[in-house]
Amino acid sequence: MSDTAPDNAIVVIGAGPAGTRAAETLVKAGVKPVVIDEAPKSGGQIYRRQPDGFRRPIEDLYGYEAPKARAVHAAFDGLSDRIDYRPNTLVWEVREGLVHTIDNATDKRGSLPYAALVLATGAMDRVVPMPGWTLPGVYTLGGAQIALKFQGCAIGSRVVFAGSSPLLYLVAYQYAKAGAKVEAVIDTAPFAAKVKALPDLVLGGSTFAKGLYYVGWLRAHGVRCVSGATLLRAEGKDGIEALVWRDSGGGEQRTACDALGYGFGLKSESQVADLCGVPFRFDQGQRQFVPEVDAAGRTPVKGVYACGDGATVRGADAAELAGERAALALLEDRGQAFDRARAQALDAALAKLNRFRRGMDAAFPFPVEMAKAIADDTIVCRCEAITAGEARKWMRDLGAMEMNRVKAFSRVGMGRCQGRVCGTGAAEVVAAECGLPIEEVGRLRGQAPVKPVPLDPAEGE
Amino acid sequence: MPSQFTRLAERDRRPVSLTIDGTPAAALEGDTLLTAILTNRRRVRANEFDQGPRAGFCLMGACQDCWVLMTGGERVRACTTFVAEGMAVMTGIKP
Ligand SMILES: Cc1cc2nc3c(=O)[nH]c(=O)nc-3n(C[C@H](O)[C@@H](O)[C@H](O)COP(=O)(O)OP(=O)(O)OC[C@H]3O[C@@H](n4cnc5c(N)ncnc54)[C@H](O)[C@@H]3O)c2cc1C
Ligand code: FES
Repeated sequence: MSDTAPDNAIVVIGAGPAGTRAAETLVKAGVKPVVIDEAPKSGGQIYRRQPDGFRRPIEDLYGYEAPKARAVHAAFDGLSDRIDYRPNTLVWEVREGLVHTIDNATDKRGSLPYAALVLATGAMDRVVPMPGWTLPGVYTLGGAQIALKFQGCAIGSRVVFAGSSPLLYLVAYQYAKAGAKVEAVIDTAPFAAKVKALPDLVLGGSTFAKGLYYVGWLRAHGVRCVSGATLLRAEGKDGIEALVWRDSGGGEQRTACDALGYGFGLKSESQVADLCGVPFRFDQGQRQFVPEVDAAGRTPVKGVYACGDGATVRGADAAELAGERAALALLEDRGQAFDRARAQALDAALAKLNRFRRGMDAAFPFPVEMAKAIADDTIVCRCEAITAGEARKWMRDLGAMEMNRVKAFSRVGMGRCQGRVCGTGAAEVVAAECGLPIEEVGRLRGQAPVKPVPLDPAEGE
Repeated sequence: MPSQFTRLAERDRRPVSLTIDGTPAAALEGDTLLTAILTNRRRVRANEFDQGPRAGFCLMGACQDCWVLMTGGERVRACTTFVAEGMAVMTGIKP
């Protein structure tokens, strides 16, 4: 890519709800931001658009969220020539004032000097390893949704959904409605947790609060929904054949299926923030490290802002507000005119959504016991097929008590996914082995490239 | 041969043909390579370390568990690559 952008570019990374509103706010103030997204179209995860040639109406894709999807898409499309939009473009490194990109289609590299960065990189499913989770047919809940939304496919012909996640009942409902056979929905949280958290969840106003409605709908349509379960393993040879789980009474159950979607909430895609030098803090409620961001979206690194699920997982409605708020903070810091009253209104709305965040933690608790019980022969690192036992052995032999040391020795977290998938499980294994609280074993540091990129021909082999 | 994915909608797109392990297979325009393979097979690759069958995991370009080998030796990430006429992939099954 020849970089025609000026030296003082303001770069928004991510074109989901957060990035869209950030870009829109900058444009309103007369700034022409560069907007980079690795996806071919804007919309992000929740409002992901289907490929050209697909014809399902927007209501089929986004259900109750269709009006919001339409609004976010229209807002982005309306920016057209007032932004420098670079779809299909991955930001793989940020260093010394340069954003390094690669074009997904052509492998063409680019580097772009920036004056300020707005990180709106979203989130992915958080997963806990279990025996059989690498088998064909086992997907994340978000992945299961993408198959349907983006491809019109179900992940299998007899699907089980499991875990503890705002996506659990939503995706099960979307599948059943689209005509898929949903064998069961197996929630690892007690049902009472959701009922108790409902007043906080409603504040988010989004799909997540509709969970209880989806349970009702699924039951009315004959789908078995259980809660308070423990996931034990996926069984099968060439692919998953059954999910084995323990019911709340302690009995072992086996549900035959040819596909499983599972997950335990979401975790921020914060690798780019890491490369920018943003410090991280441990968030007890979310049980994970998150980038340090103030209420307005400022990070401690000058000129770097973060918003949306990539900063704190608070869902799509909050992502829109936070994107706008971060852009206002950026304008203020650059001494440009900005709407102070609007900023205050956004601060108030976002503060309310922190209660929603707590509601999510209560309604969709992380399965601490499952994570602590990861057996020695369970693969933790999917990339290099490294088991929990191998990681534990390294820790015992070398006294490694910290995530990055365990990574250096065992290679857990060193594979192609950069620890995105295994990070959660690996941290739990290390903490349990050392008898340390999870926040004390550290976190896998992000490294460039944040995703695999082909070797640079200019640098030779 | 059993498939992993099931089509629920959008079936009237233009057909695209590819080969999987040398055998002709049909897909639809707008399919990702992952969809194209998994509507015909249950795996896209064998893991390099334990040879276990894999079929992707996240579908959003994050887990890197869907890299597939083309007959030309090139590898592509199947969930973020659209299928194209004449593509030829190997899933790591010895024929
Ligand atoms: C698979 C999935 C499905 C979801 N479905 C729903 C749903 O149906 N309902 C709901 O309420 N919530 C859903 N969520 C939660 C979701 O995160 C929303 O809360 C919302 O999409 C967050 O908006 P955002 O703008 O913060 O991030 P996102 O919408 O995730 O957008 C982030 C964007 O940044 C881009 N990006 C990230 N890193 C880079 C990089 N290094 N270089 C270039 N581009 C990059 C991504 O391609 C993406 O388009 C889902 C989450 C996931 C992971
Ligand atoms: S399935 Fe995860 S990267 Fe393709």
